[in-house]
Amino acid sequence: MADQPTAFERFVQGILPENPVYRQLLGLCPTLAVTNGMKPALTMACSVAFVLLCANIVISLIRDLLKPHLRIVVFTLTIATFVTIADRFLAAYLFQMSKTLGPYIPLIIVNCLIICRCEVCASKQSVFTAAADAIGQAIGFGLALSSIAAVREILGTGMFFGMRVLPEVWPDWVIMVLPPGAFLTLGLLLGLVNWVGIIKSRRSS
Amino acid sequence: MPDSNKKLDTIKDFKSSDVKENTAIHVAPSPHIRDTKANTQKMMIDVLIALTPVVLVSVYLFRAYAVKQLLICLVSCLIAEYVFVRMRGRSMTLKDCSAGVTGIILALSLPGSAPWFVGVIASVVAMGIGKIIFGGLGMNIFNPAMVGRAFVMIAFAGLMSAGSYENITGLVDAVSGATPLSAMKFNNTSVEFSHLFFGNTNGSIGETSSAACIIGGLFLVFKKTASWQIPVSIVLTVLAIAGITDVAKAGSGLFIVHHLFSGALMFGAFFIATDPVTSPLTSKGKWIFGFGTGMLIMIIRLFSGYPEGVMFAVLMMNAVTPLINRWTNPQPMGEA
Repeated sequence: MADQPTAFERFVQGILPENPVYRQLLGLCPTLAVTNGMKPALTMACSVAFVLLCANIVISLIRDLLKPHLRIVVFTLTIATFVTIADRFLAAYLFQMSKTLGPYIPLIIVNCLIICRCEVCASKQSVFTAAADAIGQAIGFGLALSSIAAVREILGTGMFFGMRVLPEVWPDWVIMVLPPGAFLTLGLLLGLVNWVGIIKSRRSS
Repeated sequence: MPDSNKKLDTIKDFKSSDVKENTAIHVAPSPHIRDTKANTQKMMIDVLIALTPVVLVSVYLFRAYAVKQLLICLVSCLIAEYVFVRMRGRSMTLKDCSAGVTGIILALSLPGSAPWFVGVIASVVAMGIGKIIFGGLGMNIFNPAMVGRAFVMIAFAGLMSAGSYENITGLVDAVSGATPLSAMKFNNTSVEFSHLFFGNTNGSIGETSSAACIIGGLFLVFKKTASWQIPVSIVLTVLAIAGITDVAKAGSGLFIVHHLFSGALMFGAFFIATDPVTSPLTSKGKWIFGFGTGMLIMIIRLFSGYPEGVMFAVLMMNAVTPLINRWTNPQPMGEA
């Protein structure tokens, strides 16, 4: 266990060096589906953060009880419990947002980011490390979602968080809030992140 | 690492010795007979020549609108190509004229009344997302001009739709109205054949005159820059489907005329679908490609919300072109 990363390393890695969307390419389904505005994107990021944190803590607590052949089932059931809580919470207190996000909140159950963190970190390391890992990854996921949503909302509607930031004459790029805009934005930002990475590694070597 | 270095060294040695031996006798794999004068630049200049009648007619019909659109698209395509190629650190490819051809085809496929930023955005998308991202000319899967047009078509549907077309006939002042295809589809009215044929109707600036497109297209076909199979099979498929529909409706034949000579059919069949990069390589594949494009054009025209489907049909067939190529790949003799 000596070579396992510490809690602080886990936390830092999740934000940028191992960003869930831009580096690991995990959880792309909500990334594409709910990033047509900042509000749904942040709601999704918060829901994922809640589920990820709770699932990581619970899995880490019961990690000694896990049987290798049953672990995926246990992961999924744990995640499903917290997803149901998040889903019912949104339906109770943020009804409109819950309607907007539709099936994508229940679909957090199959978000590979969470099961990946359970497998990689929580099932092997202490509760504290697992929680730090969950927070780091959740921040990284939130950053990725909001960066894509910012581009799409500003170009697509001229607004940011529903407030007008571009002048009225701005011609709305309707395509950016439609599905093709999600793919284009994700692809271009992914390219940008890789490009910056290449330049950085070139400078350091 | 030492192993791979060694390998590299041997390859280098092999190459240098190879060149020395080959100075006496030229040894190369097939194809052995080829036109050494044929290159990208020459092909693109052929296309530019073929586009001349279309450009002239569009300038005659739409006057300042056409000139403005052509200039905007041409300049922004060239600038976009320059910037993106610089970004990739490749040698400059402006000389091969492909960016110019894309710009002109793009401009001709836009309505004259579209504001300036539509042309600029379409050009940047055409060059950047349509071509350079895939690795430049020859590597692109989709026709760059149509990628740019599809982007602005979805992004600015209001500015691209039939309602905003404005037609300057040159004889009277501005007349605005629906394109023949959308008039037929939504209002069930039709336009005289001569107007459709010579282009005295509404539409994107390059698509209205079937006559100009056919003249330019025939030049391309006779120069063998464009293959004849694709336009022929597209037109035949559209003719067949429109004919069947017309008979089923007990129409007067105007329906067929509309589907053949209005909209972007002739322009698309000769100039857009025949793009050698994004269409199949084999003769059989070209027939399949044309048949598929024609089918999709008519399906979109008859059953979708859009009055015109050439752009989407060509893009969809571009996507399956690699499959068609694999499907129609000729078997070398002796191999089962």
